[in-house]
Amino acid sequence: MNRVIVRKLAANVARLRVQHEFFCTDAAARVSGSNRSHEHEEKHDFSNNIQQYDIAIVGGGMVGMALACSLASMPLTKHLKVAIIDSNPALGSKVCFKKEDPPDPRVSTVTPATISLFKDVGAWQYIERHRHAYFDKMQVWDYTGLGYTSYNARDINKEILGCVVENKVLHGSLLSCIENKDFQKTIYPSRLTSMTLHPRSSPMGMDSTSSRTPSSSLRHLAKLELTDGNSLYAKLVVGADGGKSRVRELAGFKTTGWNYSQNAVICTVEHTDGNQCAWQRFLPAGPIALLPMGDNFSNIVWTMNPKESMDRKSMSEDDFVKDVNNALDYGYGPRPKSSLLGNEDMFSWLRGYVTLSANECFEVPPKVVKLASERMVFPLSLMHANDYASKHVVLIGDAAHTVHPLAGQGVNLGFGDAFALSRVIAEGIAVGTDIGEVSLLKKYEAERKLANITMMAILDGFQKAYSVDFGPLNILRAAALHGAHYISPLKRSIISYASGEQRLPLFS
Amino acid sequence: MASKLLSHSHLRVIYSSNTRICSNPTRATRALLNLRPFSDSSSPPPLEMPQSHNNTINDTGMGRGSTPSLSSLKELELVKFASIAETWWDSEGPFKPLHVMNPTRLAFIRSTLCRHFGKDPNSARPFEGLKIVDVGCGGGILSEPLARMGATVTGVDAVEKNIKIARLHADLDQVTSTIEYCCTTAETLVEEERKFDAVIALEVIEHVADPAEFCKSLAALAVPDGAAVISTINRSMKSYATAIVAAEYLLRWLPRGTHEWSSFLTPEELVLILQRANISVREMAGFVYNPLTGRWSLSDDISVNFIAFGTENSKYENK
Repeated sequence: MNRVIVRKLAANVARLRVQHEFFCTDAAARVSGSNRSHEHEEKHDFSNNIQQYDIAIVGGGMVGMALACSLASMPLTKHLKVAIIDSNPALGSKVCFKKEDPPDPRVSTVTPATISLFKDVGAWQYIERHRHAYFDKMQVWDYTGLGYTSYNARDINKEILGCVVENKVLHGSLLSCIENKDFQKTIYPSRLTSMTLHPRSSPMGMDSTSSRTPSSSLRHLAKLELTDGNSLYAKLVVGADGGKSRVRELAGFKTTGWNYSQNAVICTVEHTDGNQCAWQRFLPAGPIALLPMGDNFSNIVWTMNPKESMDRKSMSEDDFVKDVNNALDYGYGPRPKSSLLGNEDMFSWLRGYVTLSANECFEVPPKVVKLASERMVFPLSLMHANDYASKHVVLIGDAAHTVHPLAGQGVNLGFGDAFALSRVIAEGIAVGTDIGEVSLLKKYEAERKLANITMMAILDGFQKAYSVDFGPLNILRAAALHGAHYISPLKRSIISYASGEQRLPLFS
Repeated sequence: MASKLLSHSHLRVIYSSNTRICSNPTRATRALLNLRPFSDSSSPPPLEMPQSHNNTINDTGMGRGSTPSLSSLKELELVKFASIAETWWDSEGPFKPLHVMNPTRLAFIRSTLCRHFGKDPNSARPFEGLKIVDVGCGGGILSEPLARMGATVTGVDAVEKNIKIARLHADLDQVTSTIEYCCTTAETLVEEERKFDAVIALEVIEHVADPAEFCKSLAALAVPDGAAVISTINRSMKSYATAIVAAEYLLRWLPRGTHEWSSFLTPEELVLILQRANISVREMAGFVYNPLTGRWSLSDDISVNFIAFGTENSKYENK
């Protein structure tokens, strides 16, 4: 059943390519160069002190550190020797942020599922010591004034819908968590230059020296060379090095994806009062989201075309604040009215299923009074690696997939990857499997590909539905939002899905 | 009966050494649901006469701690065995079904042995301090995980080619390079008075001519109150349909004639002959294949493939 869906989704993705700038990378040709140099260096390695690890995590960002943290917290994996390769100086230094520091505009919306994973490994307690903002309500509406829906945690009998946390806090908490665990990790403050995954190009045992020498046992490992001249060997290389993954390139994994020709403007803003709700309004050029960040701060993620984004980045702060307030309230179109389609509207037959929050009226988001950070602009794209795993190498997080940041799902998918991979590794160790074994890594791939592609297809669909301003379509969209607002079972499963709890019933 | 002996003649060495030597390893089992591969079908080398086979055993030494030395091999042969070892260990290759089944068998072994020997099931190396013999080890597909789980492993197989492949592959990793591989039989180990904490023989018993004698040898290799794990195929209509009709004739996963259905043991028969050999069966489980996920899982259904865990109890009973 699952396979059928993957195939179906893959087919959809393939069809969508046509409309987009489509790119496919094949780095295999470039890797061949590194194989050649391997041969004559072998002797050199032998005299040096050879660094051998069970796992080398390339990229010590949030997802890479979540993997390390998860490995450190499980009895079957905490003995593993792990190397983390990242030139970010934050990895080496002690974590310290002050609560008074203005919030960083780079934030993530973590779902309840992610929160419980963080609690399992013991990292959430560190987040609670820093700024974070839970929200239990979410309001989504569009500029036409036709579509409007609000979600409440009560609809799914939950306390919260999610939590907005600065990326530096998420990252720092994972670092603190690992610091306090008995775990053998080595940080290489460097970057990857080359990777040799299958050093056994010649048949093993060919050299006349006994096959028991260390150089023979190294042949079973992946070799990594770093910019600072260090080299190391590992049974498993994990590419957690982001959307432009060097590991993905060196391993020759192909990708499928497109650019949206849209940019996201992100920044921190201040209100006069606190904000406890996540707001999202679909505008003709893309959605604008206002996420609570704790204290009187909120985070803005505003999607628009590249030219507009450049204008908005360079305009005066006052003008920008005015634009934001405009976009969140009456700009581009009227506010939705609660009695929009009349009480005897076309959805009246659904009234039997009304959820609690359906009775709540449309609310106007809190006014933004001040810009509290710089404005950053990021291009949006969708990318998916055709494979996540081969012998000795596996991809997690943005290295495997980047999604439209529409619902803040990107990092949650990445955390999902990290925890799933560590669980698969633990299961393999339990039965004595070699952790670089492709059959083991493919188990991880099968599990995560379905979850990731499903979410990517949904987000991409949403993005497309709102990238066209066309009368009949607007009404259709509005009807969809309206329907989602009133049909309880559907609404409940949408919220559950967005909070990472379960699959859409369609896919289960 | 004669034909049965013939078709399994190469395997008889397992229980009765030196009487007959494998004359055609291609007939040996290949990867499959039910089978532990004893050999690979490609280019069977002409096997030695019984006398020379004995010499090989003596040369390589079957004593404690010694392994066949690679220096005694011709370089050309080494290259050939190396390339075979690659396919044997290619988890997407011809032996894929066996690789897929392996974690399930190991999960059973892990849970039963941990309980019996009082080992920590949360440890990454729970078998630390246990001496385990893998009878009919093939290319070492079971021996290597056991070594990673901390056991001191001895792998034996009557087919010399398998032992060479197993040795080459195990030497790729420091942890598995400690495995002792011998081209020998359970009976010879008994003669040498070797003892192990646990004796494991997976997918072997259906290929030996005298299962009762074979079980006695296994029991003799176990220390008092030691463990024995045996897996095989049931003699049921379902096993006839899946292991022979489907695997050998329809899917051609196995060479025809790999299995002689009438020589299969039912779980009751296995329990009985183990009991006579002073091994009490404590736990039994079935393997079930899910064609949709392509995975095996443990279940109560012992109608086709099953695995049994027993303990040696000669000190309690006398017979």
